Amino acid sequence: MMYAIPGRHAILALFLIFLLLPIYWLVNMSFKTNVEITSTMTLWPERPTFDNYRVIFTDASWYSGYINSLKYVVINTILSISVALPAAYAFSRYRFMGDKHLFFWLLSNRMAPAAVFALPFFNLYSAIGLFDTPWAVALAHCLFNIPLAVWILEGFISSVPREIDETAFLDGYSFPRFFVKILMPLIASGIGVAAFFCFMFSWVELLLARTLTSVNAKPIAATMTRTVSAAGMDWGVLAAAGTLTILPGAIVIWYVRNYIARGFALGRV
Amino acid sequence: MEKIPNQKAWLLVLPVFAIVAFSAVIPLMTVVNYSVQDTFGNNKFFWNGVGWYQELLDPSTELGGRFFASLWRNLAFSGAVLAIQIPLGIIVALAMPREGWGVAFSLVVLALPLLIPWNVVGTIWQIFGRSDIGLMGWGLNRLGFDYNYVANPIDAWLTIIIMDVWHWSSLVALLCYAGLKSIPEAYYQAASIDGASRWAVFTAIQLPKMRHVLVIAILLRFMDSFMIYTEPFVVTGGGPGNSTTFLSIELVKLALGQFDLGKAAAMSIVYMLIIIIVCWVFFTVMTNAGADRKGAGGER
Repeated sequence: MMYAIPGRHAILALFLIFLLLPIYWLVNMSFKTNVEITSTMTLWPERPTFDNYRVIFTDASWYSGYINSLKYVVINTILSISVALPAAYAFSRYRFMGDKHLFFWLLSNRMAPAAVFALPFFNLYSAIGLFDTPWAVALAHCLFNIPLAVWILEGFISSVPREIDETAFLDGYSFPRFFVKILMPLIASGIGVAAFFCFMFSWVELLLARTLTSVNAKPIAATMTRTVSAAGMDWGVLAAAGTLTILPGAIVIWYVRNYIARGFALGRV
Repeated sequence: MEKIPNQKAWLLVLPVFAIVAFSAVIPLMTVVNYSVQDTFGNNKFFWNGVGWYQELLDPSTELGGRFFASLWRNLAFSGAVLAIQIPLGIIVALAMPREGWGVAFSLVVLALPLLIPWNVVGTIWQIFGRSDIGLMGWGLNRLGFDYNYVANPIDAWLTIIIMDVWHWSSLVALLCYAGLKSIPEAYYQAASIDGASRWAVFTAIQLPKMRHVLVIAILLRFMDSFMIYTEPFVVTGGGPGNSTTFLSIELVKLALGQFDLGKAAAMSIVYMLIIIIVCWVFFTVMTNAGADRKGAGGER
């Protein structure tokens, strides 16, 4: 087979082990007691315990962090995709005044460091009364997710032949009906890929999420800094909280895995 | 496909324009505004012109010294991770199975690090690298290496680079894999009839076909490594000393730590301009190179 490179199984296996090893260590630690963590080096919990997880699921200040994070991630994903779809269609099909500049300007926001925007966002959202709500974080994350969604969707829409639009309009479809009934099913995997990326970048971002919230909408990532207490680090709970933040991502990947392989190949990303 | 001129398309773009303008232009104007003013507190601002910029771009001042030190550090870091991740990503993509259960399994494992919140990535490596409770730190010390990322700047750098390779190589691999999947089987058959070597297949078929995704991968990796904040902040907090204080960490220190608004704002503007210029130059060069090849025939 022309495709094979020498030693490919070994290379892939080594790389996957390299990826899994730190995660294994975190999960391993989350089932240990703090005494076992600090006193001995065990590759497997000697006395597996769920106490660390029990702390998280019974303490509202812990589990509400997860709910807060999921809230703004979902709002952001829905918002980004629904405004990016028509825009991507416009960029893909039409030439209009300033289109190229607008496109580059949009993408340039993807390049803006979050650190630059932290302070102005804080002022802005405090001024309009959205500070410490999921909406503030969701809107702030639109800054980099909308450009990305437009970029991905534009590639997918461009791969749909224009004859399909024209036929639909000749058949008497109105624009919104054509968009929902014909175009969106055709680019379903593209919408899946774009949603995946929006979910991913909103879920993993911390700097803005932490700056724009204080108590009510505090994301789980910020809650995790609490484990440093006067009695020292609570490593077990920290590891359990970390393990739980990996789960939503793992679930999303599992559901979109076939989409991703197909979607990656079809579109531009 | 020829695009139709239609000004009404603006209506479709309007929602995106409104939201992005709201969350980009207004804050950016605030930053520009701060960058030319000085304040002595009490919300009283004074016009300072280009004073902050002069100070920032002069390495002999305190501010300029800090800025350039973190700029060089960040450039070295971006260069190092690009030099490792791009070849590694290509190799992993080439090593991926083409069909069977291995594909889904590898894709899921590859995507896993990408979906871990960045501070948790930092936490994972902070724990993993510790010599008392971390597998890597403990193992290295057991093997006789004097490894301690808290005290030794070189170890801190190695830890952060390995962490970034762990975190982001998958993205490059996934993109390259998508590029490889789009190559029709007929190309390989033609190559095998011609008796092309493995290397020739790579340079003549696979690399050109991956060029588009590689541009995306390099751009994304440059931008994100140049803006890196959370992961090194969690692992080393910018230390030991200032040895892993990258641009974003320096900037957040100035803006949210010291509330030095004018200096922070001037630094923000210069910082953004650097990223945008580098990306624009790279993007233009790469797409022009693509256009030339297209003109010469054969590409795509």
